[in-house]
Amino acid sequence: MSTHAELQVPSLGKVTVPVGIFINNEWSPSSFKETFATINPATGEKQLDFAHGSAADVDRAVKAARKAFKTTWGNNIAATERAAALNKLADLMERDSDKLAALESINSGKGVRIARDADVADSVACLRYYAGLADKFFGQTIPHFGKEKFVYTLHQPIGVCGQIIPWNYPLLMWAWKVAPALAAGCCVVMKPSELTPLTALVLCDLAKEAGIPAGVINTVPGLGATTGDAISRHMDIDKVAFTGSVVTGRRISIAAAESNLKKVTLELGGKSPMLVFDSADVEEAAAWTAMGIWFNSGQDCCASSRVYVQEGIYDKFLAALKKKAETVAIGQPHDEATSFGPLISAGQRDKVLGYIETGKKEGARVVTGGQKWPKSGGGFWIEPTILADTTLDMKVVQEEIFGPVIVAAKFKTEEEALELANTTSYGLAAAVFTNDARQATRITAALDAGTVWQNQYALLHAGVPFGGFKQSGIGRELGTYGLEAYTQVKAVHQNLTQTVEWPI
Amino acid sequence: MSLSFTHEFSHSGFKGKVEIPTGLFINNEWASPKSDGARTIDIVNPATGQLITSIPEGLPADVELALDAAHNAFNNTWGPNCSGSERGKYLIKIAELIERDIDKLASIESLDSGKAFMRAKMGDVTTAASVFRYYGGWADKIHGKVIEQSIDKLAYTRHEPIGVCGQIIPWNFPLVMFSFKVAPALATGCTVVIKPSELTPLSAMYMTKLLKEAGLPAGVVNVVVGYGPTVGNALTTNPRVDKVAFTGSTAVGRMIMEAASKSNLKSVTLELGGKSANIVFDDANFNEAVKYAAHAIFFNHGQNCCAGSRLFVQRGIYDEFARKLTEVARRVKVGDPFDPSTYQGPQISQTQYDRIMNYIESGKQAGAKVLTGGERHGKTGYFIEPTIFGDVTSDMKIVRDEIFGPVVVMTSFDTEEEVIAAANDTKYGLASGVFTSDLARAHRVAARIKAGTVWVNCYNDFHVQIPFGGFKESGIGRELGEYALENYMQVKAVQINLGKSCPLPVEL
Repeated sequence: MSTHAELQVPSLGKVTVPVGIFINNEWSPSSFKETFATINPATGEKQLDFAHGSAADVDRAVKAARKAFKTTWGNNIAATERAAALNKLADLMERDSDKLAALESINSGKGVRIARDADVADSVACLRYYAGLADKFFGQTIPHFGKEKFVYTLHQPIGVCGQIIPWNYPLLMWAWKVAPALAAGCCVVMKPSELTPLTALVLCDLAKEAGIPAGVINTVPGLGATTGDAISRHMDIDKVAFTGSVVTGRRISIAAAESNLKKVTLELGGKSPMLVFDSADVEEAAAWTAMGIWFNSGQDCCASSRVYVQEGIYDKFLAALKKKAETVAIGQPHDEATSFGPLISAGQRDKVLGYIETGKKEGARVVTGGQKWPKSGGGFWIEPTILADTTLDMKVVQEEIFGPVIVAAKFKTEEEALELANTTSYGLAAAVFTNDARQATRITAALDAGTVWQNQYALLHAGVPFGGFKQSGIGRELGTYGLEAYTQVKAVHQNLTQTVEWPI
Repeated sequence: MSLSFTHEFSHSGFKGKVEIPTGLFINNEWASPKSDGARTIDIVNPATGQLITSIPEGLPADVELALDAAHNAFNNTWGPNCSGSERGKYLIKIAELIERDIDKLASIESLDSGKAFMRAKMGDVTTAASVFRYYGGWADKIHGKVIEQSIDKLAYTRHEPIGVCGQIIPWNFPLVMFSFKVAPALATGCTVVIKPSELTPLSAMYMTKLLKEAGLPAGVVNVVVGYGPTVGNALTTNPRVDKVAFTGSTAVGRMIMEAASKSNLKSVTLELGGKSANIVFDDANFNEAVKYAAHAIFFNHGQNCCAGSRLFVQRGIYDEFARKLTEVARRVKVGDPFDPSTYQGPQISQTQYDRIMNYIESGKQAGAKVLTGGERHGKTGYFIEPTIFGDVTSDMKIVRDEIFGPVVVMTSFDTEEEVIAAANDTKYGLASGVFTSDLARAHRVAARIKAGTVWVNCYNDFHVQIPFGGFKESGIGRELGEYALENYMQVKAVQINLGKSCPLPVEL
C-alpha cells in the first residue's frame, strides 16, 4: 500500500494525506501490509484506508524513540530548545489552521467552524502553554544536612511514552498528550484512534517541519486489540497514557502491570452531574447545561449527562432546556453554521438508541428528541434528547451513554442532591448552579469530581488541571500538574564528609 | 527638534540604514519634552569620542505624563484586565521581533556602548530575546496557593501585579538590562516607566518601535530618557509610582532607597555594585582557570557589576598563574568594536575613563605591582589596557573599591579558611568564582561565600532561568528565573468564611 492517499474535502478540494506509519520522521506501510478503513460519519461511506500497525511496527517505533531519547532529545538538549520546537509546531498549526480544521471535521463529524475555532485553537494554546513551561519545572534543594551532604532532586523525563488517544477530540487529545511529554523531554509512540487517525498523521509532517528530531514523535495507527495492546505490553515503553473508556483503561492497566509495570495514567469516562438549585438563574443554567451535554454531540468524557434540579424550578428548567434542544445548530459538518454533528459511527449511534429505548422501558419520560435526526441520510445523527423523571437505579443514569442524551430528576434538599450526584462509580466532573456563594463552596468541597464548575460548564483551559476521581481515571492532564505525569523524581545524595563505620 | 535619528552602518556584520525614534515614548507615541526649558543630551561614541547624535532630554513633567499613561493602561488594558496568556503572547512577539532585527540592534548597541559587535549580537541581543521569551512563558503560570479548605473556611492567595513600576537601568548592558526589567514586570501585569541611561539610550529607543509593532497596548511601557537627578529622582519620589527597580552603583542605590522610603514607601529592588572574589585552588584545571580569570574581569571591559575583580590564587600555583594570566591579558584584543576579532572595547565615557585611571594611579602609589597594563590603549576613544595588579594588600583602595574597569587585583592564599575570610571581607556580595577539582570543596566553599552567585569552574555564565542578585550592599532582591516575578507581585490573602459566626460576646 502507499503511505499517502487522496481525499476530497469540501473547502479544500483534493488533498494528499498521509495514511501510513510514521517512524523516525519517515513514512512506511505496515509490516503486516494490512489496513483498516475509516467511515465518514456524515454519510456512512468509506473514507480512507490506513496502515494497520503491527507489534513489529510498534517495536520499531519504540527503538526509534529510545534512540532519540538517548541522543537528540531528553536532557541531551536544553529545555529552551524543546520549548522552541513546540512553539514552532504551534506556529505551523496556526498557519495550517483551515486545512487541519477541514480534515478534523470530515474525519470526526465535527462542525468545521468548531473544529477551527475550538479544536485547532485550543490545541495550539496547549502547545504554547507547555512550550512556556518546559524550562520552569524545578527540582528542590534540600539543604538541611549542614556540612555532611548536599541533597537535591532532579525532575527527569520518564523516557519513551506510549500514548493512546480517542476519537472524540482527535487533534486536541493529540496536543494534550504530545505537548507535556515533549516539554518534559520524553519521546512518544502514539496510536491515534482507528476511527480518527487523520489529523494525528498530518501533524507528523508538521512536527518534522518544525525541526522536531527523528524518533521523538512516532505514530502507529491501528486497532486497540492489536496495536494498542502491543504498546501497553511493550517491555521498553516506560509509561503509557490513555484516554478512552473505563473498559479499555482497565485492560491497559492490566497489560502494563503484567509486562514491565510501566507507569499508567488514564483519562476515562464520566457521568457528570449538574446540580441546579432554586436560587439559580434558570435560563443561564439551561444554556450551560445544553452546552455541557450537546457540545460535540454529547461525545465528551466530561459531558453533563445527569442534571438534578431543585423541585421548585424543575418544570421551568426542563422547559428551558427543551427549548435549547429544539434550537440546536444541527447540520452537516462542512456547514459553517453547524455546531452539532453526527455521532462518530453506526455502532455508537445504535448504542445510544439502545440506551434511549432502555430508558423508556425503565420509566423515563422523553421530553424531547429520542430518535435519529430525520435528515441523517447515511450519517449517524441523533437528536438532542432529554429523559426526565429518572431514578438512580436506571441503566441510563448509572452508565455512560456517550451521546446527546441527558437524564434529569428533581431533588428537595442539598444533602439529597449530593447523595444523587456522588452515587456513581465515576468522578470526572460536576457542576453546581446557585447564587448562594457559601452553598457553592460547600457543595464544591463535597462533590467527588476532579473538576467542579460553579455556574458554568464545559470550559477547559491549558493551564488548569483536568482528570478524574474514582473510576474516571488516574492522574491529571493540563496545567503544571500535567508535566508531572511525564517526569520522575531522582533524589541525589552528594556525600561531603560522611563516613561509614565498619563493622556497623 | 527632530525626533528621529538615522544611522548608516557599514561593517562586516551588517550593512544598512537604521532609523531610531528619539522622542519620549509615552502612550505609544513619540513626543517632544513637555517643558520649554528642556535641553538635549549628547550621545557620544566611546570608541572615538565623537558625537553620534543629540536627543531631547526628558524632565519630571514628562514623567508625570508617562505615569498618567501607565496608570491608565494598568486600570484599563493591562493589569487585571488582560489575561496571563494574552500578556505572554505579547512578550513572545517582542522576542521574535528582537530576533528578526538582531543585526540592527547589535549594531546600535555596539555603536552606543562600545562593546564588540559580535558580543553584542551573540551575547546581549540574543540574551534579551531569550529573556522576553522566558517571561512570556511565565505570564499565565503565576499561581497563588490554596491554603485552607475546611467546613469553616476557604483561604487562598492571589499574586497580584504591584501596579506602575519605575525602572532605572545602567549603561553597561543597555538592552539586556531593559529586558531584565521590562519582561518580568509585564509578565506579572505591571506597567512601566523606564529610564534608560542617558549615556546609552539608543537600543531602548529602537525597542519602542518593536513594542509598538508587537501591538503592546499604549501606556504599558513608557520610555523617558533623562538624567538621574531629574527623571530618576522623579520616579523614585513620585507617590504614583508603586515600585522602583534600579540597577547601578551602590551610592545611587542608597539614594533611591532613601527617596522611596521618604515618599510613599514604595517597594524597592536594587542590583548594585560588587567586588567579587574569584578563588583558584591549586587543584583547579590550570589553563581553564587562567582563561576564566581573564574572562571574569575583562568581559565587557570590566564594566560588569559581578566582575571577578579580586583574584585569589593558592600559593602553590601563584607564580605560574600570574605569568600565564599576564600572557593571556596581553593577548586580549582591544580595539574597534566593529572589528570581528575585537574582545575588549572602550570604557563608556571620559568620566569613567578618568575614574579608572585614577584608581590605577592610586594602586601604583600604594605600592601595588603592575604585572601588565596600567596605561591608556591607543590615542582616541576611552580604551584602557587590560591591567593586573599584584602584591596588593586588603586595605588598598584598588582592593576595597569597585573600579568598574579592566583592572584585577591579585593575591595569594594558603588555606581554604583564610581565603573564605578574605573573600567575605567586603561590604559587597554579588558574585564569586571557585576553581577546584574537589567537588566536596566546591560545595563547601559555595556554602560559605557571602554572595548571591557562586560560579564553580566557570564565570560570568548567565541563564535566564537562574536567579541573580546580591548579598549585603550588592543589592536587594533577585532578577531572572522565577524569583524575578516576586519583585513585581504582591500577595493578597483571601479568607472566605463559610460557616463561623462572629466571636463578639454580644447576643443579638
